[in-house]
Amino acid sequence: MNEIVSLQDVTYSYSPEDSDMRKAVDGISFNINDGEWIAIVGHNGSGKSTMAKLMNGLLFPQEGVVRVLGETLNEENLWAIRSQMGMVFQNPDNQFVGATVQDDVAFALENNGIPFEDMVKRVHESLAQVKMERFLNSEPHHLSGGQKQRVAIAGALALKPRILILDEATSMLDPQGREEVLTTVHKLREDTRLTVLSITHDLEEALLADRILVMNQGKMHAEGTPREIFARGQELVELGLDLPFSLKMSSLMLAQGVSLETEHMSEDELVKDIWISNFNK
Amino acid sequence: MDIELQQVGYAYSKGTPFEKQALTDVNLHIPSGSYQAIIGHTGSGKSTLLQHLNALLKPTEGTVKLGGLEIRANKKAKNLKPVRQKIGIVFQFPEHQLFDETVLKDIMFGPLNFGVPADEAERRARALVEQLGLPEEVLEKSPFDLSGGQMRRVAIAGVLAMEPSVLVLDEPTAGLDPRGRQEIMELFHRLYVEKGLTIILVTHSMEDAARYANRVAIMHEGRCVLSGDPEEIFGDEQHLSEFQLSAPRVVRLQRRFELLLGYSLDKLCLTEEQLAVEMGNIVRKERDF
Repeated sequence: MNEIVSLQDVTYSYSPEDSDMRKAVDGISFNINDGEWIAIVGHNGSGKSTMAKLMNGLLFPQEGVVRVLGETLNEENLWAIRSQMGMVFQNPDNQFVGATVQDDVAFALENNGIPFEDMVKRVHESLAQVKMERFLNSEPHHLSGGQKQRVAIAGALALKPRILILDEATSMLDPQGREEVLTTVHKLREDTRLTVLSITHDLEEALLADRILVMNQGKMHAEGTPREIFARGQELVELGLDLPFSLKMSSLMLAQGVSLETEHMSEDELVKDIWISNFNK
Repeated sequence: MDIELQQVGYAYSKGTPFEKQALTDVNLHIPSGSYQAIIGHTGSGKSTLLQHLNALLKPTEGTVKLGGLEIRANKKAKNLKPVRQKIGIVFQFPEHQLFDETVLKDIMFGPLNFGVPADEAERRARALVEQLGLPEEVLEKSPFDLSGGQMRRVAIAGVLAMEPSVLVLDEPTAGLDPRGRQEIMELFHRLYVEKGLTIILVTHSMEDAARYANRVAIMHEGRCVLSGDPEEIFGDEQHLSEFQLSAPRVVRLQRRFELLLGYSLDKLCLTEEQLAVEMGNIVRKERDF
């Protein structure tokens, strides 16, 4: 598999002259492969967002190297690399500049000097990808939270990025809005080879990723598949995280004397196991 | 303090071409000392409703009763200050409202504004910092040097420093990590149990509403379409789905078991812990059988 982003011994401190101050990101190394869905989880202040900023050159590391698409990120290639990276932020209301949905999606294209005909085509295509093509002329502030975030994703997709970074993009949405956004990301990954990097507190969301990186106090605490990571159980709770619903239910049931083969990641498996192990069905 | 909304309607920009009806015929009674959850989708009118609860907005129809104070449409409201001190609102992302040089000054700002003497305001600030689990050193720090979770707590302390008897919370845990979320929800629950505060929680989280509230109201398209105790509201999934809402996950899981078992459990479990206990009991019964 091809590496698309790589961090090697990356360190960043917001006040480098003060050695007492904990570094926001401290000696982090990892690779992301082309087409992977990576979730980064960790407590508030664990360095997740700083890491995202280091990847798209909003910040430069004080130590270590950030490589994107095979190139070491520097002042010269910053803009070229950034155009390969779409980013969607937490607050749906803070990321609109256009008066209508299509103006908004076109904004970055205009900035990048895309010819008009091509622009119209790309706006339509990217809105279709997030199923918002019917809202071409709607005013963004009339949309629901989930719809706004889908438009924000379309705005990122219009530039045909290789990497999509979601920085807590679902945390302000209601359950339906969250579902819409996650379904959209799922679909995108099936249709394109987009690499997705989602920074999230939502462990149900992390469960959908190919691989999870767990951050703690600026350091990489663990990395692995969702199954490997959540097998750590209580240790995650001690890091200020939580367990996905089915796992939490599994351990509570075990504590109450319900028999189970194992602790489960999915509700379907949990229900089936309880049924078979306890009712001889 | 009892809060009652009677046939409340609210239209933004009333009498202009941009008039928009946000609330229609809302009736809701929140008795003193209850923990009321208000649930609904984005745009359902929750935030508009919330702003009526300490007279930031005045109804364009109907009456809002805040304790002894009546706020009616078409009548000028007087003497709002005492009620605003009694009803504290923690807005979404309250840390955006921090402004003062130090945490201590920021927390003292509200009480000083309401005429509380400086030494008393300081005593409250110190006590609250401790109660909210913040280290004492933060008092002298700039609120902007704190982490997101700490800033949130300081902002909440600023509201609690006015010693309100009603606390209105608009998505108070949005953006916090799971531990921070749990700690803050437990804090509100303690204030409800130990100090008898009325809590009004506006939330997207069915799980939080089920775990903490003793009354639940559902807003939909500007109307309060359902209200009752959590068992009633969350037990009626069909009704919820009419408003594109689903029951808390634990309730849905209970329903799956009931379908397999062929009978209903004695009660609706509103937390994971309750369902685990119930399932434990059933499994034991089954074994002895």
